[in-house]
Amino acid sequence: MTETGPLYTLKNLSKTYTRGKERIAIFEALDMTISHGEFIAIMGPSGSGKTTLLNLLGGIDRPTSGEVEFEGSRVDNLSPGKLAAWRARHVGFIFQFYNLMPTLSAAQNVELPLLLTKLSGKERKRRVHTALDIVGIADRAGHRPRQLSGGQQQRVAIARAIVADPEVLLCDEPTGDLDRASADEILATLQLLNQEMNKTIIMVTHDPAAAKYARRELFLDKGRFVEKGAGHE
Amino acid sequence: MNDATLVRKGLFRKKMRAVLLILSILIAFLIFGVLGAFYSVFTAGVDVAAANRLVTVNRINFTMSMPFAYWGRVQQVEGVDNVTHASWFGGYYQEPRNFVQSFAVDPESYLAAYPELVMPEDQRQAFLTNRTCLLVGADLAGQFSWSVGDRIPLLSNIWQKRDGSSSWDFDICAIFDGNEATVPANYAMFHYDYYNEDLAFNNDQIGWMVINTTDPSVNDRVAREIDNLFANSPAETETSTEAAFNQAFLEQFGNIALILVLVIGAAFATILMIVGTTMVMAINERTKEIAVMKTLGFNEGRIFGMVLSESILLSLIGGLIGLGLATLMVTGAAAALAGFLPGLSMPLSVVLVAIALMIGLGLVTGIVPAINATRIRIVEALGKT
Repeated sequence: MTETGPLYTLKNLSKTYTRGKERIAIFEALDMTISHGEFIAIMGPSGSGKTTLLNLLGGIDRPTSGEVEFEGSRVDNLSPGKLAAWRARHVGFIFQFYNLMPTLSAAQNVELPLLLTKLSGKERKRRVHTALDIVGIADRAGHRPRQLSGGQQQRVAIARAIVADPEVLLCDEPTGDLDRASADEILATLQLLNQEMNKTIIMVTHDPAAAKYARRELFLDKGRFVEKGAGHE
Repeated sequence: MNDATLVRKGLFRKKMRAVLLILSILIAFLIFGVLGAFYSVFTAGVDVAAANRLVTVNRINFTMSMPFAYWGRVQQVEGVDNVTHASWFGGYYQEPRNFVQSFAVDPESYLAAYPELVMPEDQRQAFLTNRTCLLVGADLAGQFSWSVGDRIPLLSNIWQKRDGSSSWDFDICAIFDGNEATVPANYAMFHYDYYNEDLAFNNDQIGWMVINTTDPSVNDRVAREIDNLFANSPAETETSTEAAFNQAFLEQFGNIALILVLVIGAAFATILMIVGTTMVMAINERTKEIAVMKTLGFNEGRIFGMVLSESILLSLIGGLIGLGLATLMVTGAAAALAGFLPGLSMPLSVVLVAIALMIGLGLVTGIVPAINATRIRIVEALGKT
């Protein structure tokens, strides 16, 4: 599959949860296409299903019905092992609370996804250094997460997400735990990754200021997407 | 960095907890190593017992003697190939703390009964022909730096000579060793005649007899016939195989095997519960970290292997340090107890069993947390619904 086709195609996607006897529908028959190189911000009220959508795109949750296609191939029906391998190869995750390993240094945290490859130790080290350099934190390579500020930790998390060179970065409230200045730095970094390295970025956020960094803003409400300017903002 | 680094980092995530767990495992394997080494040296006699050797003792107690004449009568029993006899001398050298395990024997039949005792032929002949010769085991000779040609006194705290002395003078004319490492060489023996002729009391009595049968299949019949020979006499006998006799001798000290199993079993059961519970808690604390690893693409098999490796590594660190300390303690004790328990050392069999136990302990304590780790659902663990 070439980059001329869509990166993601969601077909008739539904996700429901059962809480006690109650059945809660998050989406019903959702369709969506995401192209290579997009930077999408997904906004919406709490409980609208933003994070659930991100989980489905990242293959860490499965739809109740419908299909998730990545570069023309279904991924929602892969076995757990194949899905894990697909995630390792194609998707980078950035979380609100960084989720770094507290016992590992920044460089070791970044190296984690490369343990799933066949790269030599020397090559892994080179890539880790490059990733840390891109996010501007190479000088903190030997520091543990607790020795870093929130913004620095999120930079390490971004380096971890990009080190294996995935096509897509899924960001769940990446600036939700940061002050404005740090948030702007992180968002600028994401923008740079999108513009200079052609990474497809799908970011869930509550923050309208963060959403402005994206090329496309979507508003998720009651299981339906509404483009910005079509009644929201 | 590799998976081993992650396993090590995970194990020492909370250093104090890891150290305490290692200490508890260390103590269990320290106990196991020390008791195992002592058990091994205690039972060495059972292990080297010959299948065709019987031992006849006084039925009342093996410390009671029996008439010398029994020796000749047993030789007439059909199926008996060789009979020898021995009497406990219980000697010491120079002072009572220098205990010397020693027996008065009939030299020719004794060496015929125990072909596993080896020595140069000229020394063998010297022992057979020299009435004052002391045949010394190599370990015992080493302990007191004795060599062939030395003349030494051995004193008994049981027997006395007619002149009131309890010292017998001997010429060390031969030094024996075992043909295998498991054969004890920590005792000495001398001519019964030389000892008996000067005894102030209990003359013409022997301690026990050792019978070589023509074939192990006739053991039961020969034992019965020997005991029947002396039934209703003032000194009735009890004949059993050498292995059974050695085992019974050991049981004078208590059922060592049972004590060993109970002590080690209690220690291991406790350790199993402590380590198992702690490992479950430790993995629960890392639910989110494991979920992140799964998100990054680590599959369930790899997560399972890493958690299991962590508990095995924990067990191996504690166990190997414990076993190392046990070896040091046994080595120290071996020097101090050379006279009483020669050959005390850390046997390879104990080391191998200990390593198997370490791996087993790691597997048992790690299996539940490893399964729990594979069952972690990413979405739930990351707090997302």
